[in-house]
Amino acid sequence: MSTVERVPPPRSYLEEGYGLRSWLTTHDHKRIAILYALGITFFFFLGGLAAALVRLELVTPAGDLMSAETYNKAFTFHGVVMVWFFLIPSIPATLGNFLLPLMIGARDVAFPRLNLFSWYLYVGGGVFTLLCLLLGGVDTGWTFYTPFSTLFSTSHVLLAVVGVFIVGFSSIFTGLNFIVTIHTLRAPGMTWFRLPLFVWSMYAVALVMVLATPVLAMTLSLIALERLFGVGIFDPALGGDPVLFQHFFWFYSHPAVYIMILPAMGVVSELITAGARRRIFGYRFMVYAIIGIAVVGFLVWGHHMFVAGQSMYASIVFSILSFIIAVPSAIKVFNWTATLYRGDIGFDAPMLYALGFVGLFMLGGLTGLFLAATALDVNLTDTYFVVAHFHYIMVGGAVMAYLGGIHFWWPKITGRMYSEAWARFAAILMFFGFNLTFFPQYILGYEGMPRRYHEYLPQFQVWNVLSSAGATILGAAYLLPLFYLAWSLRHGARAGPNPWDARGLEWQTASPPPPHNFEQTPTVTEGPYAYR
Amino acid sequence: MSARTHPVPEQFDDPVQQREAATLGMWAFLATEVLFFGVLFAGYTLCRVMFPEAFAEGSRHTDMLLGTIETAVLLTSSCAVALSVREVQLGGRRAATAMLALTAALGIAFLVMHGFEYYAEYREGLIPAIRYTQQGVYARGMEIFYCLYYFITLFHSLHVTVGVLLLGVMAWRTWHRAFDQDYHTPLELTALYWHLVDIVWIFVYPLIYLVGRSG
Repeated sequence: MSTVERVPPPRSYLEEGYGLRSWLTTHDHKRIAILYALGITFFFFLGGLAAALVRLELVTPAGDLMSAETYNKAFTFHGVVMVWFFLIPSIPATLGNFLLPLMIGARDVAFPRLNLFSWYLYVGGGVFTLLCLLLGGVDTGWTFYTPFSTLFSTSHVLLAVVGVFIVGFSSIFTGLNFIVTIHTLRAPGMTWFRLPLFVWSMYAVALVMVLATPVLAMTLSLIALERLFGVGIFDPALGGDPVLFQHFFWFYSHPAVYIMILPAMGVVSELITAGARRRIFGYRFMVYAIIGIAVVGFLVWGHHMFVAGQSMYASIVFSILSFIIAVPSAIKVFNWTATLYRGDIGFDAPMLYALGFVGLFMLGGLTGLFLAATALDVNLTDTYFVVAHFHYIMVGGAVMAYLGGIHFWWPKITGRMYSEAWARFAAILMFFGFNLTFFPQYILGYEGMPRRYHEYLPQFQVWNVLSSAGATILGAAYLLPLFYLAWSLRHGARAGPNPWDARGLEWQTASPPPPHNFEQTPTVTEGPYAYR
Repeated sequence: MSARTHPVPEQFDDPVQQREAATLGMWAFLATEVLFFGVLFAGYTLCRVMFPEAFAEGSRHTDMLLGTIETAVLLTSSCAVALSVREVQLGGRRAATAMLALTAALGIAFLVMHGFEYYAEYREGLIPAIRYTQQGVYARGMEIFYCLYYFITLFHSLHVTVGVLLLGVMAWRTWHRAFDQDYHTPLELTALYWHLVDIVWIFVYPLIYLVGRSG
């Protein structure tokens, strides 16, 4: 470090230090966000590779590329990596970490060292997961259902469980940090109802992380103990109850879906208001909808278990609650649409992603209602309809929003503009590739093709070939930003502090921001989205 | 480092803000702890509904006398840690350190007594997967009871151990004048954590030692 010529104070957080050590020991939330971004990008493409193998196998009805066991390991690895190492940390740990303090006018998060520690936990969990892959993988599906995971599977369940257990603590600590930061570090004048919706979504998601993840950690520990010692409460041979595992697992994993989608909703609210130059329609309703989704999200887990032997009355209650949670989600879609009404809409890349999000999220949400209906769900359970539904939410929703956010805040993060033409092209390609990949899966599922098999009946081939073809396009569209965003780091035009003429606090400081975010702590005098 | 020169980290405006943040952080952490134990209690509840007689029989095999003494010890320690915070607020460094040391000692006593319990259960063949020799109609249900017993008490003892270490550090720091009337947040947060450990035990004690015993 001493060889670097230091001109104190550094102008931006990127100039705080250039050595590897300055990055690995940083307490700056902006640098930690970038560390996370590198990690999740790595895992995104690794998980994508596993998905590519799955899609390649499914081009033909016969299981000719790999054995059933290898196929099981491929989709399990895809699920584990995408859920815990990409989707859950994606927006909160990168955009959230970077933007949350900026948006509320703080110098950093409340516990910067804990923040860095969270990243190391993420990496530690990742190491175990990679180790699991290298030693031969795990074949239980990402859900680790008992008794298969505890008694029968001969694959490396323990390693995978340990990896997920560790990464769970990373998300608990991130959530804790966000809650405390939002409560205590808001700038003068930044009242709760002046918070940008992105911050509200971070608050809601932090609550879910803190309250749901411990249940997952404990449940995974019980699985590990049961596997190690052969005794436990999930083992039916001993008199235990495997359905209890499903209850515990989904008590975490359904709220986890909202860990993935709430931040996406927050991002899209920022993108749409800036892109349409409009105040958000119904700000308070948007806030209540976010909180409503987070709360009711804790009460719908049983809709994953309609055919698992839970009581019929429980199913009815879970079904009704699952319908109810569609209401706040619909409010959000209506309000985004109303925000666009009479807006001065620009079609920059972030806006294209945001509009793509709204459409795909709506389709994913409406098909969710099919699955919330108990009678219909009996037919659709474990078919490709379910696969298509949650990919519309998680890939069409969360990933689109994540990439939209990355594009929108890229000039803030790096100080550079990317190639707009390439970015628009990638966004549009992604939209088409996505629909071509996943829409056929709705039809496949509706016609009865079950998920998680490496072979299928010949009459399903047309739709499977279409889906695999779409996956190729989608893969290409995902690779494009890697190139033009990397290119922009050196060759992109310098972005001013506020290239989008947006209104958030984060746009009032330099791009890239100085180490402590603001030259002086800003005072807030009006609500967010002060467009017209 | 004297308490008066305690520097405020750069992300905070003043010590008040720092204290608020630390306290809220601890409460959020305690919320996660409740959920960790909540899974075990939920599992216990379900299994007890499935095997009511076996759980009563398992409960009869536990050492109620030791369990009761342990409860008394832990409750006393919680009182001691509360007193240590009070002493620091009043400026009584010596008394505060003594109270912290007492708390830690009671915590260790709790762990030792639990060790004796485990040993007795080992000799009786009540430890699933390691030495389980029970026979009869309730053997299987009791195995589940003892599984849960070990999950819950070992996880709780882990918390006691962490707490004892924290209390040791706090005692050392109190003795070396790290805290005074104005600044003693770490001590308060340690006390909060210790109270949680205590409160969890208040639920564990009746569930394991008392429930169904007389029936």
